[in-house]
Amino acid sequence: MSIIIDNDTKLVISGLTGREGTFHGLRNRDYGTQVVAGVTPGKGGADVEGIPVYDTIAESVQEQGANTSMVFVPARFAAAAINEAIDSGVGTVIAITEGIPVMDMLPTYWKAKEKGVTLIGPNCPGILSPDKANVGIIPAQFFDQGKIGVVSKSGTLTYQIGNELKQAGEGNSSIVGIGGDPIVGSDFIDILTMFEADDETELIVMVGEIGGDAEERAADFIAENISKPVVGYIAGFTAPPGKQMGHAGAIISGSSGTAQAKKEALEAKGVRVGESPTEAAKIAVETLRAL
Amino acid sequence: MDLLEYQGKELFARHDLPVPEGSHAKSAEEARAASEVLGYPVAVKAQVLIGGRGKAGGIKIAQDAVQAHEHAGDIIGMDIFGPHGEGPFKVHELWVEAGSDIKAEYYASVILDRSAKKLLIMLSHMGGMDVEAVAESNPEALIKEHVDPINGLSLEAALAIVAKSEIPAEFADQVAAILVKMAEIAQTEDATLIEINPLIVNAAGEVVALDSKTTIDDNSLYRHPELEELAAEIEDPQEAMAKERGLTYVKLDGDIGILGNGAGLCMSTLDVVAQAGGAPANFLDAGGGSKADAIINALEVITSDTKVKAVLFNIFGGITRGDEVAKGIIEAVSKMGIELPIVVRLDGTNSEEGLRLLAEAGLDNLHNESTMLGAAERVVELAGSN
Repeated sequence: MSIIIDNDTKLVISGLTGREGTFHGLRNRDYGTQVVAGVTPGKGGADVEGIPVYDTIAESVQEQGANTSMVFVPARFAAAAINEAIDSGVGTVIAITEGIPVMDMLPTYWKAKEKGVTLIGPNCPGILSPDKANVGIIPAQFFDQGKIGVVSKSGTLTYQIGNELKQAGEGNSSIVGIGGDPIVGSDFIDILTMFEADDETELIVMVGEIGGDAEERAADFIAENISKPVVGYIAGFTAPPGKQMGHAGAIISGSSGTAQAKKEALEAKGVRVGESPTEAAKIAVETLRAL
Repeated sequence: MDLLEYQGKELFARHDLPVPEGSHAKSAEEARAASEVLGYPVAVKAQVLIGGRGKAGGIKIAQDAVQAHEHAGDIIGMDIFGPHGEGPFKVHELWVEAGSDIKAEYYASVILDRSAKKLLIMLSHMGGMDVEAVAESNPEALIKEHVDPINGLSLEAALAIVAKSEIPAEFADQVAAILVKMAEIAQTEDATLIEINPLIVNAAGEVVALDSKTTIDDNSLYRHPELEELAAEIEDPQEAMAKERGLTYVKLDGDIGILGNGAGLCMSTLDVVAQAGGAPANFLDAGGGSKADAIINALEVITSDTKVKAVLFNIFGGITRGDEVAKGIIEAVSKMGIELPIVVRLDGTNSEEGLRLLAEAGLDNLHNESTMLGAAERVVELAGSN
């Protein structure tokens, strides 16, 4: 098993005909993901290297049986595309687009919840279930199939940790980038719940960063609900308060949301936290082998 | 993007949220002229993006034109420090406002609550002081209610919030109407924070916003060109240069220039350098898919900070290609004649090709390291001996 995406994933890509959409969409297909359709309003009937393009996501669901949507359209149109996907009948929407206004995401978040649709992102690298499917921009060659589930706010940091796991001879069940925005469709708790229920996952690595309180809430949740070992890493110890560090959510205001506070919250609940990505990977490998 | 007090109040006024009359001034002479139109007394208020201006001497009351001129002259050019030592914030602009006869001071705010994924309204009859102190000493005096994320804040819901507070019933309608406006401004103007402290009752019994602290979501600026124009000029030369070039750069205090790809990896690089005993000079996220040009731009920004003694490149390529990064480094170093030691850790997509290019270039000041920790230790050592 794996979570969210696997061999049964039938992917429809909003924005497939754009430059980035084409590049990553084809990479996802080359990896083995079933990319069944693209959607660009007004371009229905065209195709991208054999992938049929429709005007609407709903058509791709009807015609091709798409069950998962990836949104790759520019920020100002992305919320509309996510909402279209939520209404289309797919069960999962993965939004890669960066820079969507947060006031667009508030109603979108609640709509996905109400309809029971799993929303991942926005502003995330997507999901990779090694040897099964890759949806998004994660470079799959740095990950092997295995027993460690990874959930992260950051893309490149995930590559760093995943690659260290690979070099140590371990692999992943799924790697989920939840995104660094203030409002994301799924947070640590949602993904931890899925990894807990996944047979293949034996250990979970959780990669957080400054801003918000998702890590603190996850710490409480882990103590109550997660039986599998969790290893943490937090980025941003040296970030000065009040400065925004790239990710829209990565800003500390006042005392809460600091890396130190998050680390302490996790450790207080028995989660071991690595000082560096390297150490986090090392702890994960040791813990897994001691199971 | 944070709005100055007067910019926030102009936004309020456009939505018919009541504010005192006032005028913007950039010199003592303009302030004097504004005061003559407004009549006395007037408040001369420093426009800086930090709280605690009053205590720092940035707000003064003038009883006549001569005083208005004098106060404005004192305040312009002043360095204001925040209550926790933030700053300095130099005063370039003033807001000259008709004096208000304050009968009561309340607190009202609407903020994006990330945990609840809703807007949160906070209201208190205890205004004009630090809201965190109120939350600590009198938590029951701070009413907190979420806004319905689909339907917004109705007048009925707003009246119910006011009824929970100790704000007198005679002002309930006005305060509730203001809460509705605040929620509306948050949604239509993409404000993730609107704080009015104090929200006052004046001598005429009108409820008016006497201050404004407003933050607009940067991602929304494409649909608010009138707000985007208000963006304060960036004072730090490197930050200004980076913004012009579309790079995400934050200046820090140290002497080790940092370039990473992706916000998370870049933050992590700062941490690892600090753990190795070094002090990062900056955060610079070259972003995904960086091409050689972006790398050259980034190196120019980093090395224009004269404090920088050594530079660390930490790249784990996903979309970013190692060969493009290497080409950028080689071109920048040879074109700009950079002599500072540069430690390069290149991993991920096309990193082998990138490392080959770097080796072939044979630049004396380039140092390759294969791991992130090794690279951090090396750059700290090189910065120390340079």
